[in-house]
Amino acid sequence: MEAALTTPIPALKNGATANASANVETITLSVPDIVCGNCIRTVESALKTVKGVSAARANLAMRRVAVTLCHDDDNNDGSNVTDLIAALKEAGYTAAELVEGADTAASRARSSEIIRRLGVAGFAAANIMLLSISVWSGEATDMDGSIRDLFHWVSALIALPAIAYAGQPFFRSAFSALRARRLNMDVPISLGILLATSMSLFQTVRGSEQVYFDAAITLVFFLLIGRALDESMRTRARGAAENLMSLRATRATVIADDGSIRALPARALTPGMRVIVTAGERVSADGTVISGTSEVDESLITGETVPRAVTLGDRVHAGTLNGGGTLHINVGVTDENTLLADIGRLMLAAEQSRGRYVRLADRAARLYAPAVHILGLSTFVIWMSLGSGWEVSLTHAIAVLIITCPCALALAVPAVQVAAMSRLFSRGVIVKTADGLERMGEIDSVIFDKTGTLTHEQIALADDQNTDSSLLARVASLAIASRHPYAQAIVRAARNRSIAIDPIEGVREIPGSGLSVVNNGRDERLGSAHWVGVNVDQDAKASLWYRADGEAPTGFRFVDRIRSDAGQTVKALRDAGYAVELLSGDRREAVARVAQACAISVWQGGLQPSQKLQRIDALRASGHKTLMVGDGLNDAPALAAGYASMSPASAADISQAAADAIFQGDRLGGIIETLKVAQAARRMAKQNFAIALGYNAVFIPIAMLGYVTPLVAALAMSTSSIVVTANAIRLRTKKLPLRPVRCRV
Amino acid sequence: MTSLAWLLPAALTLGLMGLGGFLWALRNGQFEDLEGAGWRALEDAEPADTSEHDEASDRHD
Repeated sequence: MEAALTTPIPALKNGATANASANVETITLSVPDIVCGNCIRTVESALKTVKGVSAARANLAMRRVAVTLCHDDDNNDGSNVTDLIAALKEAGYTAAELVEGADTAASRARSSEIIRRLGVAGFAAANIMLLSISVWSGEATDMDGSIRDLFHWVSALIALPAIAYAGQPFFRSAFSALRARRLNMDVPISLGILLATSMSLFQTVRGSEQVYFDAAITLVFFLLIGRALDESMRTRARGAAENLMSLRATRATVIADDGSIRALPARALTPGMRVIVTAGERVSADGTVISGTSEVDESLITGETVPRAVTLGDRVHAGTLNGGGTLHINVGVTDENTLLADIGRLMLAAEQSRGRYVRLADRAARLYAPAVHILGLSTFVIWMSLGSGWEVSLTHAIAVLIITCPCALALAVPAVQVAAMSRLFSRGVIVKTADGLERMGEIDSVIFDKTGTLTHEQIALADDQNTDSSLLARVASLAIASRHPYAQAIVRAARNRSIAIDPIEGVREIPGSGLSVVNNGRDERLGSAHWVGVNVDQDAKASLWYRADGEAPTGFRFVDRIRSDAGQTVKALRDAGYAVELLSGDRREAVARVAQACAISVWQGGLQPSQKLQRIDALRASGHKTLMVGDGLNDAPALAAGYASMSPASAADISQAAADAIFQGDRLGGIIETLKVAQAARRMAKQNFAIALGYNAVFIPIAMLGYVTPLVAALAMSTSSIVVTANAIRLRTKKLPLRPVRCRV
Repeated sequence: MTSLAWLLPAALTLGLMGLGGFLWALRNGQFEDLEGAGWRALEDAEPADTSEHDEASDRHD
């Protein structure tokens, strides 16, 4: 080892391999734009050119890259993640270090454990079925009794360990339910499996003709398929949500006490740290301004589109966008009186109302479990009272338990939900929880937030001003020097009109006031009314002014840019009978304009988060089931309180966490698609229940009469499971209309 | 009848080998990226690529 460490440079490669374990680091990056084979190659080769990268492996399904970094020495760590992200940016891919939720690793472990059990159950089911089919066909020909016994014994040999291993999730869940004095779906499942297995073992020992090992293990196999589907869907949705979160997570530039500067992930910040926020950057933590003056865009927090001026001693919130100046912030503790703490409290209270929702499958189980037990018991009692002896009676009772075992019922809902979620996934909607999808199917009214939801996050120059092109060109040449939202809106407006922008050198920016430059001997100014020297009363609506020496000042007004399909989406919702409302924290005039543009007649502006919550509670009290669509921090309590909720991918972290589903892209069409699919999923889940119930209605009498042989049991169970799954798969491609809803008010 | 004496163990052994193969593949991460694997098969990239990765992953496991 010492030799390896002291080996000079020529042997470096081998040396690095030998002592690699100490200096190797694996970093997972989220790269949402990996969509094809070419991307895999581009991303991997771009990363391999970065110094210290020994391996890069892209995962197309998860849209992630695992990078293995080997440090030559310990001096240069820390900056490496930034290097990787920069290299990917050069190759044309946005990337971010993955922020994993606390329960992700546990869920991945659970998912792979279920698939292992599924493999074992599948192996056992196939082999036992092979033996069982031999026995059944042997009955029609001339199979020897001893060979039949041998086959039964071999089946037992395979089935017992396989069931003991693969059935554990059901046994465990049933046990914990019983201990809590409750009944869940796993109780009849476990009872059925255990009774069928032990009775079959007993019959095998006695050399009887009928054993049910195949039924027991097939049951476990099918049920595990349902569990595996459920789990993989959840893992996938959680992974996608984490990718989004990672992209939004900001890195903070921290100044240490000795004056040195380093970059830290925002989540690693601790109170008391000093953070620099440069112009145009998102504020990485809550805190107090200790130096600098600027304007912050707080639309994500309050819905207000006009930036707020901040200076020494003012509080700023994480997630707000810094305007023109550089700020130094002292990271503060989230104390009890901040807006964030208020929102946290409101959310906590709001979430409790949603906890009362009972999933469809659980509702079915509440009826199903006792019914099955009563049927099994009464079969036993009736056969006993008819004088058939305990053995025959028990056999028939167990046959009832096997045949009613909710194979189809346990697959009915997960299969539909997987089909629905993967359909939505391919259309850019991430549904985070399965019960969220169920709730979405019952919605009858939709509440929109304004800023960032019906409108884009960025503001735009009001287009009814007919600004002269040459004037706009001059203003844009000045504005391009600044990252202030107003200045950027001017630049965008100029670009939209294909006006050539010629950046001027020597532009001076005074944060909180504006820009100034001396161009060709003329003083030009762009900024607040005060900065330009205009009397504010002149045109109170304008929020940005431009004046060149010897010219009249020009005022510019800014408005929210409404999403292109906002009006269309609202119309489609209203046509289908949904009640649509607009609740915003922004000024009333701004809200009124958007409400009018989208043809929303019920709207309120200037609302506090708690007032939004009150409105949702009022709707609930009048019997509405409300879908809340919002993005801001101020919407988070409302998102948690709504019967269901959605957020755009640009939403604040806390809002994304509170929402049931997240839609990506610039369009609102995802909302309609989600509602359509949710309605269809609900219908199909009910269809599947009907199929399962119909199957039971046919087979329970047969089982109670004692005509269920192992062959009938195997056939009936497989068929019902396959029918239910096939029905669910239709949802993936079916054309869906938005069904009208009844407003019960 | 006597043929069963070796047919049954042979069938079970083959089945167990299949199960073992599946569990091995699962543990090895063969099912981590089903979409990407399809694309990688079409790649003409030099085989050094994969060997380097294998070597790396062996080392860290």
